[in-house]
Amino acid sequence: VIAAVEPIALGVNGSRHALQADPKTPLLDVLREMLRLKGTRLGCGEGECGACHVLVDGRSQASCTLTLEAVAGRQVTTVEGLDAGLREAFVAEQAAQCGYCSSGLLIAAAALLRERPAPTEAEVRAALDPHLCRCGAHPRVVRAVLRAARGGAR
Amino acid sequence: MRVQTQDDGTVQVRTGKVELGQGLLTAFTQIAADALGLPVDKVRVLPADTAFGPDEGVTSGSLSVQEAGMALRRACAEAREQGIAAAPPVVGSPLPRIDLPAKFAGRPSFIQDLEPVGLLHGRVLHPPTGTARLLEADTRAVQRAPGVLAVKRDGRLFGVVADSHTHAERAAELLRGALRWDCEAGRIGPAAADDASGAPQLIDERGLRPTVVHRTLKARYTKPWIAHASIGPACALARWGAGRLHVWTHSQGIFNLRRDLALAFGLASEAVRVQHVEGAGCYGHNGADDVAFDAAWLAREIPGRPLRVLWSRADELGQAPFGPAMAVELEADLDAQGQVLHWRHRLRSPGHSSRPGRSATPALLGSWQTAQPCEPPAAIDMPLASGGGAERNAVPGYALAAWQVSRHHVVAPALRSSALRSLGAYANVFAIESFVDEIARATGVDPLDWRRRHLRHDARARSVLELAAQRAGWATRARAEGIGHGIGCARYKGSGAWCAAVAEVETGATLRVRRLWLAADVGLAVNPDGVVAQIEGGAIQATSWALKEAVQVDDAGRVSSDSWARYPILRFSEVPAVDVALLLSPAPSLGAGEAALGPTVAAVANALADALGVRVRDLPLTPERIVAAMDEPATAATGID
Repeated sequence: VIAAVEPIALGVNGSRHALQADPKTPLLDVLREMLRLKGTRLGCGEGECGACHVLVDGRSQASCTLTLEAVAGRQVTTVEGLDAGLREAFVAEQAAQCGYCSSGLLIAAAALLRERPAPTEAEVRAALDPHLCRCGAHPRVVRAVLRAARGGAR
Repeated sequence: MRVQTQDDGTVQVRTGKVELGQGLLTAFTQIAADALGLPVDKVRVLPADTAFGPDEGVTSGSLSVQEAGMALRRACAEAREQGIAAAPPVVGSPLPRIDLPAKFAGRPSFIQDLEPVGLLHGRVLHPPTGTARLLEADTRAVQRAPGVLAVKRDGRLFGVVADSHTHAERAAELLRGALRWDCEAGRIGPAAADDASGAPQLIDERGLRPTVVHRTLKARYTKPWIAHASIGPACALARWGAGRLHVWTHSQGIFNLRRDLALAFGLASEAVRVQHVEGAGCYGHNGADDVAFDAAWLAREIPGRPLRVLWSRADELGQAPFGPAMAVELEADLDAQGQVLHWRHRLRSPGHSSRPGRSATPALLGSWQTAQPCEPPAAIDMPLASGGGAERNAVPGYALAAWQVSRHHVVAPALRSSALRSLGAYANVFAIESFVDEIARATGVDPLDWRRRHLRHDARARSVLELAAQRAGWATRARAEGIGHGIGCARYKGSGAWCAAVAEVETGATLRVRRLWLAADVGLAVNPDGVVAQIEGGAIQATSWALKEAVQVDDAGRVSSDSWARYPILRFSEVPAVDVALLLSPAPSLGAGEAALGPTVAAVANALADALGVRVRDLPLTPERIVAAMDEPATAATGID
């Protein structure tokens, strides 16, 4: 028997949700399974690959190791909620091969550009370092983030 | 019908090849659009499906554009008869990837995102090793866990079905804890490429062994077991109904998988439908086929409902097949002027393919672990004429007076061996191109000049070599403490694309690859930017393999490198700047996906030798290996007969 739980408030991409769920549910599952936002990808479930990153109050964090209760009342932005500018820069640089890691990279880039609107290449690489890409699209991704910065994307 | 005009004027085209993240659907759309005389937005290349065909085998070997692309062009040209040639041609232009905007917008794009109505969530637990014996399995707590609908056991294979992904993850964790295994029982032995029990086979021979030899150079090179390490865990969906099985998969070969699923479940092939759905990047025979078996095996418990099985990160890095360890021994007999009189290449390797669809028993992991287990098929190699496996690129592309190439087949490897991007070419090109550098150095010739002189018969090889060297500024490269430059060059399979690489490395606490320059000739590039992306991606993946990657096995024979922490790959801060130049030509198209790997690892190893004056012949090029090589005598490679 599962005890009734208080709904947990969560802001996602500008919408407010009151979620009736086990407080220990990973944020990633809340997004993908409950809210049907499939853009945030599961890569490892251990917070080591970066595929599932989302913005939590503007900071890029792994959603697979964050629980719902840990983000109660916070504002979450997923890849679906990002501005078009960054996405367009990724398209312009054809900055992916399979695209599975792209969502996490877009999130990391968005977090970086909010902090540093005109980053150096080294700063871009450092910001993307928690993210793994197996196809070898790294140089294109770095170029895309620099292009987005030049275009004023946030 | 392969080509069908729709009511809205668009044309749907079917192919048997699949998107693996390499941009195939975009290139095929370009080929079809040109052959049909239509703009690209009027053409839709559909995902492969056994219900419709065509059966074009496995998407592998850098053959999709080269072979299936040409078949597609013929089919579209035949269908064109009533078409109008109005649209400008797009083959040869860098059409942006068709699939990327949706992926960047976070729309459902991958098999992991599929959610048909009534979807159930399953997890399957495989024994930790091929021979592990079950000691204890108390699954009562798993049965009682929230959302669990069924727990299944069949021999050494366990599964759990739950009503949600979250519940399935938790139940799998409980199940893992409920199983105790004895891994010592029936262990095969330590992982090593050296336990060759097969007799040596002659691969190729040319010319005669000389009688007067001034000196002989010898060296031995090795590569470890390497994991596919896809970023997305393997996933499949399956549904049973009325004796029929429907499977959704990111397999490279949907017809081969269908055949083995039919075999495993005692069905006629026609009773199995296999549909392709994109997964994360695929670089060879990974866990995609295995997880399809897992899903079908578990979905049988609850007929009529679609069920999804998702592998864990540990499964992905520990249970999927690996690219096998190899050892290559090279010898060169030289005359007094340093000319190579006779070249000997002896390689030791397991087979490089244990793909489904080719053996008497299913090549599907779970089918070997049930109560009535099937025999795991041995890893084999295709004949050299079809690209080979271990011996791929073992026959030198250089003009040499005489050579002998032979191979020991490691028949009982310690790990599960199958196809990983470029198969044996990675080790063979690494060995040959390293050895060429050692010969050049030992005979006082510039490594670029040595290669040019021995490639007089192959103008396209010389061209890529010279282009890469020119872009890298080889002739005027600056000499600086701790900085080195190296070259690698090969024609993939001896019959595919030509590729040359120049690496610039910096040695410090770790080896850092600063820059790579690659030049490639793939004939007509259907999508030049797609080709550049494949060459660039191949070079970066090879750099990761070369610097960091090796599968680790613990004392009990379990794969211990089953997390990203224990199987690190190259990160953004470590990725070199990569310059790719294509030699554009109207010659027939050649596959681009695998050409860069061998030349890149060789260039990096040669650059390390250039920087430090020591030769590391065992991959990966870790700090420990570099330090160990510094302690060896500098003339380790040279011995006077």
